[in-house]
Amino acid sequence: MRRFIIRRFVFSLVSIVVATMAVFLLSRASGDPLLLYATSGYGLTAESEAALRKRLALDRPVPVQYALWLGRTLKGDMGETIRDRKPVARVVLQRLPATLHLGATAFILSFVVGIPLGILSAVKRGSIWDYLGRFFALLGQAVPQFWLGLVLIMLFAVKWQIFPAGLKGDNFWDVKFLVLPTITLASGGFAFYMRITRTAMLEVLDSEYVRLARAKGVGNNKVIWKHAFKNALIQPLTGMTLGLTFFLTGSVLVEKIFAWPGMGEMAIVAVNNNDFPVLQGVVFFFTILFVGMTFITDLLYAFIDPRIRYE
Amino acid sequence: MAQQADIQITDTEINVGSKEGARAKAKRSLPAQLIYFLRRWPLIPLIIMIVLVITGIFAPQISPADPIEQSLSFRNFPPTWGAARPEFNTAPNPADYDLTITKEKSAFNRANKTTFPRSKYVLGADNLGRDVLSRVIHGARVSLKVTAYALTSGIIIGSLMGIAAGYFGGWTDEILMRFVDIFLALPFILIALVIAQLFLTSGGAAEGVVILLIALVAWTPFVRQVRADVLTIRGQEYVQAAKISGASHIRIVLKHILPGTFSTILVVASLRVGQLILTESTLSFLGAGIPDPIPAWGKSVADGRQFIEEAWWISFWPGFAIFLVVMALNFFGDWLRDRLDPRLRQLD
Repeated sequence: MRRFIIRRFVFSLVSIVVATMAVFLLSRASGDPLLLYATSGYGLTAESEAALRKRLALDRPVPVQYALWLGRTLKGDMGETIRDRKPVARVVLQRLPATLHLGATAFILSFVVGIPLGILSAVKRGSIWDYLGRFFALLGQAVPQFWLGLVLIMLFAVKWQIFPAGLKGDNFWDVKFLVLPTITLASGGFAFYMRITRTAMLEVLDSEYVRLARAKGVGNNKVIWKHAFKNALIQPLTGMTLGLTFFLTGSVLVEKIFAWPGMGEMAIVAVNNNDFPVLQGVVFFFTILFVGMTFITDLLYAFIDPRIRYE
Repeated sequence: MAQQADIQITDTEINVGSKEGARAKAKRSLPAQLIYFLRRWPLIPLIIMIVLVITGIFAPQISPADPIEQSLSFRNFPPTWGAARPEFNTAPNPADYDLTITKEKSAFNRANKTTFPRSKYVLGADNLGRDVLSRVIHGARVSLKVTAYALTSGIIIGSLMGIAAGYFGGWTDEILMRFVDIFLALPFILIALVIAQLFLTSGGAAEGVVILLIALVAWTPFVRQVRADVLTIRGQEYVQAAKISGASHIRIVLKHILPGTFSTILVVASLRVGQLILTESTLSFLGAGIPDPIPAWGKSVADGRQFIEEAWWISFWPGFAIFLVVMALNFFGDWLRDRLDPRLRQLD
């Protein structure tokens, strides 16, 4: 068990380093970053250019620059944004709660709707519930989130004016701002959980021990909830990792559409301005979120399902 | 559940869902037969896919207008919903219609609607007066092209890696699979945006770059599934026999292992296409896709975003096309998987 945890942990660290390194190298490839800070056309002398280059450590080789960045980041200093010279760590962390807020709400919604619907359609296989559930899952998987968001805005914000078209409420419980982005973001995740639960439940319902329980005369409800349900839940719980990618990539899109002031929205602005310190910071936090959640689900997996081997 | 239902079948009661139901086919009413047929064969998805391919290939011949040609007096022109009639396929003269762009008259004087060529702007015109229908039709071409290239390269790279990992095992396997794991942990969409930024032209990156980006998403599931296949095949006796009789690695892989992975590759590919089209349109929506004059679906949706209040049709139709196509592809992929390889259910 301990070996398993250490292994997964090391792997998580490597993932973070690779992700940030990829972005670092790519942003360096897009030209001399010094030009983003100052252009020689505006009276920048050769000496001051050299001094600036030295101050930003841009005279060192790129791998060294990355190592310096990593070292400083671990100490909590992620440099300054290029546009307004604010500390990156503070700027990004300011945006983090909004992203988590939206992500968590959408995650809970898709889980709470997807899993019961998956169980329902597996238990009542071939019924109208099954078809409806599968149909909605198919819709959710196929609908482009950016389009769904726009259609929702079109209907609920422009036509009927029930919910606002964008921005975030002032306080945490300002729910009406949250409704449309959450539905948009949850659409893909819901479909994912519904399908995975349905498949798992069907498999369990077909297994020998459930048949034995039925043969012994155990009632239908008891078979489903006491025997099948727990085992069928392993799949969706551990599938959380895969589902998380929906929420992370989705949040970039959804935040852009609904002008939700989170990290994803900031990342797009940073890409367009080539503000690489910010981008670097966002990627750092995104990867930590993703890798951290993967790590937790791995442990959860081992905890829930004792059959797993810790190799 | 299913077993219980089967037992209940009598002469009067027909169980539509089970295999026994097929025998009672003759007794069914016509609509019931139709539903049965549609459940058994993915007819509707197939039709959508065929339409997609045909519109993709023959886009210039089919589309009623030029997808790039602008006519600024028809900005945000509403849909005319008319059938395409070739005699009207000329640009209407704005002078004939009261096209003062005021809020009240909204670009189109409805009194003149009867004389307006209905085949023009069937689905409306976009913010630059380009025909939405033609843009959707040409968008099919773009999606098809990018996805075809990306998927092909994804299949080749992914399958090769999967075979290498499964066949050689040991360190090769370990390194390749950890590589896949790390790759999956990257925030792809952000990295794609950065890469696209490097090769930026107006409204997107060069076409080759977009294909490369989509290919980067395409390959991972092939590695995992093909590897799993190869691991089972490798243990089979006929492979052992080939090895003992002195066959080279290349011969074993090509003649004995590769054919066994074909159905898996086919199923994974069919399940993957939809996601690739979604990714491609997402990138174009974010401005990191195909560059500007070429009408990609995702970009058309993005174009109409700011006009959503007065001209919903600009964003709606291209998005609806994506939705329809991806749904058809997913449906078909599911069907294919259930047919060829029910074992791959875990792939959801």
